[in-house]
Amino acid sequence: MKRLFPILSILTVILLAYALYEALVVAPTDALQGDVYRIIYYHVPSAWTAFLLFFINFVASIEYLVRAKRSTEVAAKWIVIAIGLVGVIATFIPAVQHMLPTGMRPSAVATTVLLIPVFYFLIGRWFQGDRLDILAVTSAEVGVVFCTIVLVTGPLWARPVWGIWWAPGDIRLTSTLVLWLIYVSYLVLRRFSSSAQTQMLAAALAVFGALDVPLVYFSIWFFRTQHPQPVIGGGGSMDPRMLHVLLISWLAFLCFAFLVCWSRFRLELLHREVEQAHAMESLVGAGASKTSLPLSRSSK
Amino acid sequence: MNAVKFLFAAYIATWVIHGIYLGSLVRRFSHLRQQLKDLGKK
Repeated sequence: MKRLFPILSILTVILLAYALYEALVVAPTDALQGDVYRIIYYHVPSAWTAFLLFFINFVASIEYLVRAKRSTEVAAKWIVIAIGLVGVIATFIPAVQHMLPTGMRPSAVATTVLLIPVFYFLIGRWFQGDRLDILAVTSAEVGVVFCTIVLVTGPLWARPVWGIWWAPGDIRLTSTLVLWLIYVSYLVLRRFSSSAQTQMLAAALAVFGALDVPLVYFSIWFFRTQHPQPVIGGGGSMDPRMLHVLLISWLAFLCFAFLVCWSRFRLELLHREVEQAHAMESLVGAGASKTSLPLSRSSK
Repeated sequence: MNAVKFLFAAYIATWVIHGIYLGSLVRRFSHLRQQLKDLGKK
């Protein structure tokens, strides 16, 4: 494992450099926007990575809450299986398909719904007990970093293209800002609360916070917004060469996010180890003072 | 072509944000390792 991290780091740096080269040199220039459109090669992959990390945080938080009671754990398993099955079957019913926005493919919806049980069981298998909570805080923190990049690069694209930095009242922009604020408050809660219930409260906040992710994602499908329509699965006509570069960029960002999450996970493990060592030291100190007290009294 | 400065600003801002975050991780790691070392000495 110690050797794997540096090897993966080198591969990720090479992939990021290649993605940068593809984004700046290989990808064709947009006929309408010129070169400034190339911001999407950082903006869109950062958004997708942030959504994925918030989704992991959501699943880890649910598992953490559910595992507090054995009965809820069993019920949750069946609910997740039912969500997966019903979701996949429903997307192939013509009446449900008519309700989907124009351009949204039922197979894409079915795949997304199927990810819920897949992630639930994979995370449940690989992470147990406190490690679920560590995964939740890790994914939330790294997700906030990627979401910050989305909120910074978005206005930098909007200024030359729209003529304004921010479109007040636009649902995609506002819901993304709200999403960022929810997860920042989640991290603030975890950082400054010293209650024994902090982990439970944070997990509950994360579950409600994650409900904003579908709102952010589907806002451009269901509402009229200034934000461009989806580049994938939206019936758009993105140049295949541009799409190719976008996917390479996303792969590079995913590898980078994985390494950052790995480091953050190890940091949290170390943090808890230090906390335990401090607690042990306090206990030993308290024990020593208790044993020394009668001795000092007897000496009087 | 003036818009290109926004493109470079976006790319630089991305790596500055990642750099700040990675820097904070390194700082927290070294702080915790130091704490663990101090506890070991005691």
